[in-house]
Amino acid sequence: MADATNGSAAPIIEAREIVKHYGSVIALSGISMKVLEGEVLCLLGDNGAGKSTLIKTLSGVVKPSGGELLVNGKPVAFSSPRDALDAGIATVYQDLAMIPLMSVTRNFFMGREPRKGIPPFRYIDFKHCDAVTREEMQKIGIDVRDPNQAVGTLSGGERQCVAIARAVYFGAKVLILDEPTSALGVAQTSMVLKYIHHVQQKGLGVIFITHNVRHAFAVGNRFTILNRGKTLGTYAKSEISIEELQNMMAGGKELQALSNELGGMI
Amino acid sequence: MTENTTIPATSVKADERIKKVSLLTSLMRRPELGAVAGLLMVIIFFFFTADASMFSLAGMMTVLAPASQLGILAIAASLLMIGGEFDLSIGSMVAFAGLIFGGLLVNFAQPLWIAILFTLLFAAVLGAVNGQIVIRTRLPSFIVTLAFLFILRGLTLVGLKWATGGSTQLRGIGQAVGDASIAKLFSGLAFQNFFAWLAENNLIDKFDNGVPKVAGVPVSVVWFVALAGIATWVLLRTRVGNWIFAVGGDPNAARNSGVPVDRVKTGLFALTACAAALVAIITVLDAGSTDARRGFQKEFEAIIAAVIGGSLLTGGYGSAIGAFFGAIIFGLVSIGLTYTKFDSDWFQVFLGSMLLLAVLFNNFIRRKVTGER
Repeated sequence: MADATNGSAAPIIEAREIVKHYGSVIALSGISMKVLEGEVLCLLGDNGAGKSTLIKTLSGVVKPSGGELLVNGKPVAFSSPRDALDAGIATVYQDLAMIPLMSVTRNFFMGREPRKGIPPFRYIDFKHCDAVTREEMQKIGIDVRDPNQAVGTLSGGERQCVAIARAVYFGAKVLILDEPTSALGVAQTSMVLKYIHHVQQKGLGVIFITHNVRHAFAVGNRFTILNRGKTLGTYAKSEISIEELQNMMAGGKELQALSNELGGMI
Repeated sequence: MTENTTIPATSVKADERIKKVSLLTSLMRRPELGAVAGLLMVIIFFFFTADASMFSLAGMMTVLAPASQLGILAIAASLLMIGGEFDLSIGSMVAFAGLIFGGLLVNFAQPLWIAILFTLLFAAVLGAVNGQIVIRTRLPSFIVTLAFLFILRGLTLVGLKWATGGSTQLRGIGQAVGDASIAKLFSGLAFQNFFAWLAENNLIDKFDNGVPKVAGVPVSVVWFVALAGIATWVLLRTRVGNWIFAVGGDPNAARNSGVPVDRVKTGLFALTACAAALVAIITVLDAGSTDARRGFQKEFEAIIAAVIGGSLLTGGYGSAIGAFFGAIIFGLVSIGLTYTKFDSDWFQVFLGSMLLLAVLFNNFIRRKVTGER
């Protein structure tokens, strides 16, 4: 699986020495990373490592203070999430992806509603939308009895899958998943991880942000570890073990010591 | 890890813990259910307590006239509420727009169409300012528009005194309008020919001289019905409608999905203000004068009608047609009590109870809809 990462094709998205300051606070001090087609890059890091800032930069929510962002080898500058979406970069936020009170269909097409009719009287083609939603849900194994049911009735895992399916349907080339499994139970986590694998097989690039090394190891091809706004390193799956990843992420020896003390892995 | 390109079908089979969607549940998904039930209850109540003349055509028109004026405000207020914001300044906006409108006609001797256009435009700008303040300061719209409730009411008083030389009532609007043909769109009765024809064919009651007892439908009722229809269509069938639900449901999620949140909210504030201006134009033309108490407490009544109509105070859920029914309930009760032996001052007691009931009911429904426990 890791072989694909050594291809010579330009990465779908690449960050070079990204720097971000918030006033006097340095959130990112020179982060570099890249994602190729059909690979899952896991971004690992403890709280405050700069994961969220990096995602916000990649998805157009904030502008970097320095460094370069390239999409398909060309430098880009996003001024809004819309720009990033149009460039094929879709971000699925942990709990900010879906609106619970709205129907599955309305959520699925939110912001990209297909319309019919003559200008002042253009309307959403709900028949088509419902059909597409039901079909796409079926593809990912979620049985939506009624696409008009509120998203709030879906489980957390299903919501994440709907959000990912939506991004894929609208032609995302890179998916940024912000801790999609952190609030989920075991069965639902495996559902989301399976779906991430499925998306990767379709040739999309996935940036999977997590601080759960086991979840990362289950689907990741490469692992980039962030610590205090810097890249500690990027490793292919064959080059590193779960334990090593865990230690790097925690930033050193203390965790190892604690782990030994407690007689097991943390 | 499987290498299948499709997801293993572990979760495809229906979850046996979830019951099938019953007709009742799917009915309950309609936000206006409460308002329809409330309307039926109110009608049944008056059917047994009120004088039969209340349910005559003339009686219905008496109920619909005030309901329609409130309804125009309530429909706009419900859209704004679904969009997650409040506007407490609409009542004062009615008075202020009335002053602008009257002043343009009487003091500046402008033709009617210019006065109407300018009043609507002016209201839209003020509404947009309201919206921009809310968006930029991130203050709750409750507090920002509460400030405007007083500012606009005060400005109306000051302006009226300035325009009239000391009075709080501006008269002479009838003469200023003259017989401008556009006035028919905003005042008087509609469908008069149709009602005359109905009377001629003995389909409705008429006086001995052949004139129908009800000569037509008040124009405000036509506006009310038309706006309810348009608002419902926009909300349920268009992209803007989807955006309104989205910005009220969760502005961050909406923004992340590419919905222009600030534009939608600003537009809704402008629309609400325009609805207030429309009510001002209609009522001022009807009365032939405008005064400082115009639209007094209408903001609360409009919000109550919207809530009775199923709109959630927290946004993201509701219906325009619900607000339509909410306003009719309002009119039925406020006018209907005079047809009964009850003291009509029970009205406010009724209103408060209805509001409380509606909010409880809405909360229950929302939990049902979202499967929240």
